[in-house]
Amino acid sequence: MSQADVSQATDIAAAPSRRLTGGLFLPLVIFSCFAIIPLLTVFGAETYLLGLVTRVMIFAIAALALDLLVGYGALISFGHAAFIGIGAYAVGILASHGIGDVLISFPVALAASALFAWLTGIVCLRTKGVYFIMITLAFGQMIFFTASSLAPYGGDDGLTIHARNTIAGLKLLDNERVFYYFALLCLLGTYLLCRAIVASRFGRVFRGAKENATRMATLGFQVYRFQLVGYIIAGMMGGLSGFLLANATNFVSPAYMSWQRSGELLIMIILGGTGTLNGAIVGSAAFLLLEEWLSGFTEHWKMIFGPLLVLAVLFVPGGLGGIGAALMRRLRRG
Amino acid sequence: MAEPVLQLDSLSKNFGGLRVTDGVTLEIMPGEMHALIGPNGAGKTTLINQISGLLAPDEGRIFLAGRDVTQAEPYARATLGLARSFQITSVLPGFTALENVALAVQARSGSSYRFFGNAASERELVEPALAALSEVGLAARAHVVASQMSHGEKRALELAMALAMQPKLLLLDEPMAGTGPEETDKLVAVLGRLKDRFPMLLVEHDMQAVFALADRISVLIYGRILTTGMPDAVRDDPQVIAAYLGDETE
Repeated sequence: MSQADVSQATDIAAAPSRRLTGGLFLPLVIFSCFAIIPLLTVFGAETYLLGLVTRVMIFAIAALALDLLVGYGALISFGHAAFIGIGAYAVGILASHGIGDVLISFPVALAASALFAWLTGIVCLRTKGVYFIMITLAFGQMIFFTASSLAPYGGDDGLTIHARNTIAGLKLLDNERVFYYFALLCLLGTYLLCRAIVASRFGRVFRGAKENATRMATLGFQVYRFQLVGYIIAGMMGGLSGFLLANATNFVSPAYMSWQRSGELLIMIILGGTGTLNGAIVGSAAFLLLEEWLSGFTEHWKMIFGPLLVLAVLFVPGGLGGIGAALMRRLRRG
Repeated sequence: MAEPVLQLDSLSKNFGGLRVTDGVTLEIMPGEMHALIGPNGAGKTTLINQISGLLAPDEGRIFLAGRDVTQAEPYARATLGLARSFQITSVLPGFTALENVALAVQARSGSSYRFFGNAASERELVEPALAALSEVGLAARAHVVASQMSHGEKRALELAMALAMQPKLLLLDEPMAGTGPEETDKLVAVLGRLKDRFPMLLVEHDMQAVFALADRISVLIYGRILTTGMPDAVRDDPQVIAAYLGDETE
């Protein structure tokens, strides 16, 4: 085979990565928006908007992790909120013992979620399809009730954190704007990591297991081990989200890991379009902003929200990200 | 005498009360193209599934290049050099042809626990993958998503994936199943070129293909090996004619 053939092949090979995670335009738009929002809020309801968008970014991290599992690995986890809870409780429990520095709480939050992902993944990943959904839900509920019964740490009522984490002793994160950019940095890092993983050798095997696990085994891949590693990575990203959430709200509660929360994360990625990464961010923004907006009208906002979701799933099967991609294609064709 | 690539030692398997593999003993020598023929329901695919590890035999042992792999997982057997194709086409439908084959290359080259770097632009994956695709005549279709390929192309793709593994033994479960006459001719030609490079166990119903390609033939009936021998001997064996070939070869 000639040298030209190969280089042509590797050139065209850039196309699959567009197929996998979309081009660069949409993420550029998304992250530019996040980056300039604090600059637009110099006047007026600054804290409110910053707080809201910070929340969007925090949940987008967990949604990205879930999209990695669901969209690229066909591992439909119904217990992903458990990792948010574990990350949050790591911060809360450490804080209640007077340890409030990122240098400790950050690695502890990640390590705790990795450990939980590893222990539960060993069991969960032996099952498939609907059984996987049920068993992840079961483990989620288990950790939920464990947290509810942690009497020294607030039990059902949750645990108030008296001060936001410091960074090497400096109270940098107390400034809402700094905290906002800290969350944005975490989101960007998570997003870039997910993109890299999806296109990597590991990602190929992980995605291959979604396509045809038997085939992967007969090619010589121990599918289960790859899925376990993927599950741990996604769990740690969930833990990161929880770490940020505890710091954003200065509060942790078992509600962070309720099964409803896990369901909401699934809705976010379905709303945004699974298997696109961009969709996870768009979906969590759409979900949380819609929730915020609708609850301003009526306390029965879920009556409106529910049907809207059904309509979205029925008529926008590719999710909101799918609409964006279709628009982009039309624009490009001119 | 050289060591057999594959050795089945009185392998047996029951599905409930049905004995689907009944004391099968079989040896495949290096460089051999061994065909396994028999009527539908004779247990050919069941036997292939036991060799590749998707099914566990009830009795007997399986040796791959002298190693006992009876208990080994499918992935472990693949790592030891066993490649297979499936009777019902089994590729990764959402991957392009090139990605399918590159994954097979990746399985035997270096670590797959790499989280950075775009696998699609790795020369050491793309080059051998393209070479394997050219060998089965799919080079021009490298960037087509597998689910959009024709049935015959998928069959060829599966063969390319098996080749890319550089196997010590190739198990082919009816590679021509469902392909048109033209595609069958192409596949026979491809297999003819490959038979000197890899030992193969070929399960096939197309007798013309079998007698054109095989060095030795085993006839499987009701889970038992009726006979093993050279193509001419098998063709003329009255037992085989009565049980399976019938008028088909005339």
